[in-house]
Amino acid sequence: MSRAVSLASSVAWVGFLVTLPLWMDNLYFLHVLIIAGIFIVAAMSLNLLLGYTGQLSLGHVAFFGIGAYASSLCSLGFEIHVLDVPITLAPKPVWFSMLVAVTFAGLCGWFIGKISFKVRGAYFVIVSVSFAEVTRLVALNWLELTQGPMALNNIPFLKFWFPGIGDVDILGKVPNYYLVLGVAIVTYVIIRRLVHSRAGRAMIALRENEPLATSVGIDVTRFLVLATVVSAALAGLAGAVYAHYVRIVDPDVFLFIYTVTMVIMVITGGKGTLAGPIVGGLIFGILPEVLRGFEVKPELQWIVYGVLMILIVYFLPDGIVPAVRDAWKRWTGRTGAPPAEPTGTAVPAEARP
Amino acid sequence: MDQLLQHALNAMILGGTYALLGIGLTLIFGIMRVVNFTHGEVYAFGAYMMYMFVMLIGANFIVSLVLAVVLGVMLGALIEIVLLRRLRGADIDTTMLVMIGAGIAMQNSEQLVWSGVAKSINSPFPSAPLVMGAVSVSWTRLFVFAVAVVLIAATYALIQKTRLGKSMRATFQDREAAALMGVRIDRVHTATFALGSGLAAAAGALLGPVFVVYPTIGDLASLKAFAIVILGGLGSIPGATIGGFILAFMEELGAGYVSSGYRDAMGFLLIIVILLVKPTGLFARKERIG
Amino acid sequence: MSATLTPSSAAVAATAAPGPDAAVALAVTGLSIRFGGLTAVEDMTFEVREGEVLSLIGPNGAGKTSAFNAITGYIHASSGSIVYRGAPLVGLKPNQIAEHGVVRTFQKTSVFNGLTVLDNVMVGLHRRAKQHPLAIMLGLPGVRRDEARLRDLAWEILDLVGLRARAEETAVSLSYGELRLLEVAIALAAEPTLLLLDEPVSGMNPAETGAFMALLARIRTRGITVLLVEHDMKMVMGVSDRIVCLNQGRIIADGPPAAIQSDPQVIRAYLGERYVRARG
Repeated sequence: MSRAVSLASSVAWVGFLVTLPLWMDNLYFLHVLIIAGIFIVAAMSLNLLLGYTGQLSLGHVAFFGIGAYASSLCSLGFEIHVLDVPITLAPKPVWFSMLVAVTFAGLCGWFIGKISFKVRGAYFVIVSVSFAEVTRLVALNWLELTQGPMALNNIPFLKFWFPGIGDVDILGKVPNYYLVLGVAIVTYVIIRRLVHSRAGRAMIALRENEPLATSVGIDVTRFLVLATVVSAALAGLAGAVYAHYVRIVDPDVFLFIYTVTMVIMVITGGKGTLAGPIVGGLIFGILPEVLRGFEVKPELQWIVYGVLMILIVYFLPDGIVPAVRDAWKRWTGRTGAPPAEPTGTAVPAEARP
Repeated sequence: MDQLLQHALNAMILGGTYALLGIGLTLIFGIMRVVNFTHGEVYAFGAYMMYMFVMLIGANFIVSLVLAVVLGVMLGALIEIVLLRRLRGADIDTTMLVMIGAGIAMQNSEQLVWSGVAKSINSPFPSAPLVMGAVSVSWTRLFVFAVAVVLIAATYALIQKTRLGKSMRATFQDREAAALMGVRIDRVHTATFALGSGLAAAAGALLGPVFVVYPTIGDLASLKAFAIVILGGLGSIPGATIGGFILAFMEELGAGYVSSGYRDAMGFLLIIVILLVKPTGLFARKERIG
Repeated sequence: MSATLTPSSAAVAATAAPGPDAAVALAVTGLSIRFGGLTAVEDMTFEVREGEVLSLIGPNGAGKTSAFNAITGYIHASSGSIVYRGAPLVGLKPNQIAEHGVVRTFQKTSVFNGLTVLDNVMVGLHRRAKQHPLAIMLGLPGVRRDEARLRDLAWEILDLVGLRARAEETAVSLSYGELRLLEVAIALAAEPTLLLLDEPVSGMNPAETGAFMALLARIRTRGITVLLVEHDMKMVMGVSDRIVCLNQGRIIADGPPAAIQSDPQVIRAYLGERYVRARG
């Protein structure tokens, strides 16, 4: 029953989002949604680490930026000199570049996971922050490769081949809107599948009780690294989509403030819930535009973010989604409600007492 | 060789201030188990207070320095009482998130008040450097180093010799036992955060006249402080002192022999290497937190 | 064997008692554990035979839990060897030891608090799941079938421990006795051939303890060897085939319950203490 309801509401939501550009002719609002959507993908990927494994990664923007730079550079081509040996890469198709970006970001995730999960807690946080800062400084200083602060310009856009239609240019708002929507749905599905599987249960088990998890044979490092790799690859995908949408990438994509934005999205929506990053991402994707409507300075916007973050930790520590779910449960007065979101597994009807 | 000597001298002088920054952060972590993301912002606050007193009000340099530190101490106490006291016993991630939120709010407030334009602070010392053979150093930097050394020594004395220091050490060892023995944990926490923040503000006020002041200096200061503290082992004061000097040497050598652009990357590379080799830091006494 | 304290539990122990010539499952030889200058376990040697229930007893601080932790990889042995079914366990990580079929419970109640009872057991089934990460992300049908199979297994285990009715509750809402049953359910899910129980009935009321002893009997019928640490003497005497008594890190007695009960050293070190206190 509840399964049917959730399926119906998913269909309704996707239908609403798919048809949105047909009746929404405000291109600026579409742009806001695209950017929000890219951030939502990044936030969903962060949630896998932050929400499900319980590791606070504060360097997540590094994977986003690595994805953006890798995809841009691969599609633009480059020539660099390492110890005076020239290394040249001819421009590659954008779809291929995006694949390279996802793979490369995943590899970076693997590396970071391997070295830093020896340590936990505060150490992991600091390693992740440091990693992001190193990537930013590389992007800023390796002029030959990245153009440094001059930014990578004229990044080509994605061309997509559809059966029966042929090549479609993913250029401008509407095609990019659909691209982002598609990527977001794929990301959601991947994370949902992971979370409701052996792998996801292992991650949640590590968050809940690590000694007990290892006692039943769960290899801690293996599943933390898996989470980091998937999380980094998906963040890299978001970065690649971003690069080929805005078509200019500079070292500012690595700023700490963007990691913070993702973290705020996840904890506001509800960490460790599937819907949390989406709710949080929509709120903090659209809030800047609302504030801009009131001619609020960007500094003030960030102050508002900072204060909101504190207030949420104090008053809504689990985030909006769990709070709403609890309220809904109380309101409908159901008992024996469906299992909590993180590991919700359907119970066979005949097994109910 | 002369060049190396010059780098070493520069590093020595920078290291003193870095040590201040690191000791402040490691005290707060060791005693309160708080990963303090406002640390760099208090550093920036110290630098801006110095700018305000020296350049806008025209106060005496030394008096301005003292005032900046005192205000830093008060700011630290305020943060602890308003934001952290109610989170006593919360897990480390929770307090960290609150500190990140506070850090962002503080940094952007600074930007709002002082604008994004970099400010420089004049120092009253002669501009001609002191030349010693092949190496030279500015009088301002010498002054900064001297003050940093005095402050480090004062901090050690405070922790080793005073009643407050004893309470702080007891809390660091075992909070519950300390509370049972009559240590007032609330006071210790407020004092610790105030002291740590005072040291950060001092570092900012000292380095402000050496470099320039702009709103995002706090980001880098926070990150460097983390690097120093990781180097020395979270919670270790001697470790943070040595870590400050090591980071300064790495930066100077990196800037001198690799590329000045990568100066700030050295610390983070160092963190990654250290954690590969010895995850508990170089000088950790207590076990790392889980 | 007949001299156990309660007739009903004697019957329990007798159900599947292996002969003395049963193969050695776990061999602990010369195990020493030191923390800094403190010796927790000194030169400990004992064997657990296939299919038996062996209890480690001894006063607090005798080194029982330390030995448990060393066998399951949670602390490092300073010296000595631990061999299970021919495989050395020293130096392995807890999860690798679990792969050998050696699974433990914890002295302090330890479950996955935020998860439902059913999901707690599902986590425990980790070793039995066959799901490659790529297959999971691609949503291959094999993964769905595997999940269904695991869920059936989880229900079966809940039936065994008697928690079926609570399956959908969050673990935190269980009573103390139920939590201890859930711990065993999680451990059983990991398909142990040797199950180590660390004070499983401490804090239980007599009815709960009785139910637990019955559960232990059901576990035995599955051919699972059990190593037990417990303070409840009635329980220990009732369920054990053999008892090893520790004092101050050393083994002072090793034998069937009847022999242990009459061993003068044991009475002095452990039982005696209690009797004296009870009578005085």
